[in-house]
Amino acid sequence: MPKREDPKETAPPVEKSKNGLDRRDFVKLVGGTVTAAGLFSAGTLVPQSAEAQENPARGKVIGPGAVPITLKINGAPHKLTVEPRVTLLTALRNHLDLTGAKEVCDRATCGSCTVHMNGHAVYSCTVLAIDAAMSGADIRTIESLAPEGQVHPLSAAFVANDGQQCGFCTPGFVMAAKAYLDTNPHPTYEQARAALGGNLCRCGTYMGVRRAMVTAGGGTKFPADEGEE
Amino acid sequence: MADYHWPPAEKRSLIGKKISRLDGPWKASGRIKYSYDVNRPGMLYGKMAISPHAHAKVSAIDTSAAEKMPGVKAVQIMFPVGSEVRWAGQEIVAVAAETEDQASDAVRAVQIQYEVLPHWVMDSDPSQAGENVDKSGGNETKEGDPDAAFQSAAVTHEGHYGASVITHCCLESHGMVCEWQGDKLTAWASTQAVSIIGGQLATALTKNGIPTNASDVEVITPVMGGGFGSKFSADPWGLACAQLAKKSGRAVKMMLERDQELMEAGSRPSLHARVKVAADKDGTLTAWQSEAWGTSGPAGDSPAALPYVFRIPNKRITYTSVLTNTGPARAWRAPMHPQLCAVTMTALEDLAAKLEMDPVELFRKNLSISGARAKEYAEELDKASELMDWKKKWHPRGDKTPGSIKRGVGVSLHTWGGRGHNSNCQCKVNPDGTVEVSLGSQDLGTGTRTVIAIVAAETFGLPLSGVQVNIGDSKYPQSGPSGGSTTVGGVSSSTRRAATNALNELLAKVAPSLGVNADQLEATGGRIQVAGDPSKSIEWKQACAKLAGTPITAMGQTSPDLMSSGVGGVQMAEVSVDVETGVVKVEKMVAVQDCGLVIDIKTAESQVFGALIMGATYALYEEKIMDQQTGLHLNPNMEFYKLAGIHDVGELVVHMMTGPGYDDRGVIGLGEPPVISPGAALSNAVANAIGVRVPEIPMTPDRVLQALGKA
Repeated sequence: MPKREDPKETAPPVEKSKNGLDRRDFVKLVGGTVTAAGLFSAGTLVPQSAEAQENPARGKVIGPGAVPITLKINGAPHKLTVEPRVTLLTALRNHLDLTGAKEVCDRATCGSCTVHMNGHAVYSCTVLAIDAAMSGADIRTIESLAPEGQVHPLSAAFVANDGQQCGFCTPGFVMAAKAYLDTNPHPTYEQARAALGGNLCRCGTYMGVRRAMVTAGGGTKFPADEGEE
Repeated sequence: MADYHWPPAEKRSLIGKKISRLDGPWKASGRIKYSYDVNRPGMLYGKMAISPHAHAKVSAIDTSAAEKMPGVKAVQIMFPVGSEVRWAGQEIVAVAAETEDQASDAVRAVQIQYEVLPHWVMDSDPSQAGENVDKSGGNETKEGDPDAAFQSAAVTHEGHYGASVITHCCLESHGMVCEWQGDKLTAWASTQAVSIIGGQLATALTKNGIPTNASDVEVITPVMGGGFGSKFSADPWGLACAQLAKKSGRAVKMMLERDQELMEAGSRPSLHARVKVAADKDGTLTAWQSEAWGTSGPAGDSPAALPYVFRIPNKRITYTSVLTNTGPARAWRAPMHPQLCAVTMTALEDLAAKLEMDPVELFRKNLSISGARAKEYAEELDKASELMDWKKKWHPRGDKTPGSIKRGVGVSLHTWGGRGHNSNCQCKVNPDGTVEVSLGSQDLGTGTRTVIAIVAAETFGLPLSGVQVNIGDSKYPQSGPSGGSTTVGGVSSSTRRAATNALNELLAKVAPSLGVNADQLEATGGRIQVAGDPSKSIEWKQACAKLAGTPITAMGQTSPDLMSSGVGGVQMAEVSVDVETGVVKVEKMVAVQDCGLVIDIKTAESQVFGALIMGATYALYEEKIMDQQTGLHLNPNMEFYKLAGIHDVGELVVHMMTGPGYDDRGVIGLGEPPVISPGAALSNAVANAIGVRVPEIPMTPDRVLQALGKA
């Protein structure tokens, strides 16, 4: 599972996803032909999971055609049918109309697709939907922060501090900030910077983003904007 | 005659305050739908086969295999056999399929044959470019007597300066979702020109055998994910999207892949120059000579108007366009100004160093030839010096303190027009007291929606929540495209006039009940009252109830009395440079900016903060790197096309010049000016730190080490 760069202060141990593969292993395997052949034959993926007992797909060859999977998203199971190559980001955006996570770089560089898996911020463009399903991960998207029509205090902090312009990167920043604030609710500016180092903005909103994260984390009540009712 | 003038400072309740952007909550909660997010029932996904060759003729196209691929519903040839490819990335064939992956599979199955032709992609030296140069746009321009001025000059400096090609790298890539209902087309487009591109689509469709009326195309853009000058056109992929939607009878989403976005959806022309500049002993500039060149892609470009800002009396300039097989240039925030600034302000700083003069003093000395903004520059140089603590931090060239980390400061100044574009606003006051303000404008993230609401609410004496702003749809009255810092002047003046016209109609209805003439009434604090006598008043809602069921609909158009053109702006930068690694770190940047009457200080400051960061990005990191061997863009991705991250930004200070002398100029645009100076200011700070000039931006570590003679 592609773990985002976490700030040193709270860097969790590198977890293996439940099918026993993390990204480094994956790269090693694909690079090393002998082992890779054992895992990937004729474009099919053999799940290696011992834990995913409840998953009926266990032990079967999956793909390359579409297969049914169940993703646990924002607390509810979502059944969908996707090819094994479909990413979590594509599953969210194209199959479930959860479009808060954005597709920008599509290769784990910019952070616009950030969602939470088991409480950790991940780049959903580089997680396979089937992997997320089989590991039974608890997936949270920005839509989970507040019901439609309402605004989560962290999102409100982005608004109050104008930590957004075009706003396309903003949901990713909010989710990256949220994952960090859940572990450390009172970050310093330096910690805020470290926590958001895996996200990029083109309009240049970093000043507001940083202020938003620090003030939101501190539970600060925002002074009403001058002239605003 | 109605009085449209902006209210005086003491009467403004919203204008000039710090107000949060109205669409902020929708964006920060991930709920608002960008074009990229629009999912229509039964929607297909479009992808395109692109040319791997920088220069070639398309000799054969076979789509038969692609058509039979799973999920494929339509195929469209975009660039027919016989067409000449002039950059790698040119779109040739588009396909639409049930899923994105199926569309990508089908793209791989498209067979395209090329007759490969020789290419040229380098702009570093026009003398090596052979036939690939165009001098027609830039024959020698001469003013005064440069030869005599150089001969009699006390000091002369010669140097090389430049700025590389960069891209727009919009986070929401270019593209749209198209859906037909009969002959009517709806396009959810990521565009800076809601009122324009529907007509472009209609024309292109008609030309390609799908007769379409402009009035039958609706363009919808409630929000968009960055344009920076690259999204004024429906573009070939927009046409292909509409064609695929027509062929398949389904909605189609066609957004560029990241590599396509960087290869062909917009770049900023390069500018390089050999410069010679002269001054008297006291720093008075006397002569300028420059041989400049640059590339805008396969087509030539107009000559570079050097020197920037300072009208040096004696000059000789030439410009050569290098024609390259690279994705064509598009307007990039403040077209050409950052490059001209990066060539001029650096050369002048080098000249100041030769004179052993503080560059702020050199700039100050020459303000008499800086044009209409001399007064603003003088005030802004003072303010910026104070905020940077310039006098304390500036030192003669080269930080002489021991150790490998050298610190330095730099300064630059800039100008921009920013006159409002043509905009039409419709203001509707309903009998229930609700107010709708509608314009065919768009909010690029600049705060346009918020500015319109502020102006309307201020005019009606209502809170912001009392007006509903409708923009981002071509069904609303035509408003100009958002480019060149023209939007805020356009929409604020049209909105002010429409709202004033609507208010005057309402006042006329209300006046009899208050026993006065309409011209004695004012709207303030949610009431209509007799000016100077608040005891005679009526609540807004009750006033609107007097409309007897018929809403007021009033129009307003951009007008010159509410806006102006021409701003100054001064920026200073402080850096530390590791002379062992060549890494430049931004310690602090100061921007002092005027733009007439500021409607919303909060979003205005954000524009300037953003410009500093974007400027630091092009000064230090981003560059479109081309390979002459293959003709390919080597870094069309976000790992190697570097944007500044939150770590790379030092302390940023923004100061908006407001108050008497500024506010009374009316509204002037702000998007472009603050992004002009960062390259020059940072380059000057690096020179001040390390003692030598890094001639080209971005000042990557290799270029810094090369300048130091270490590479």
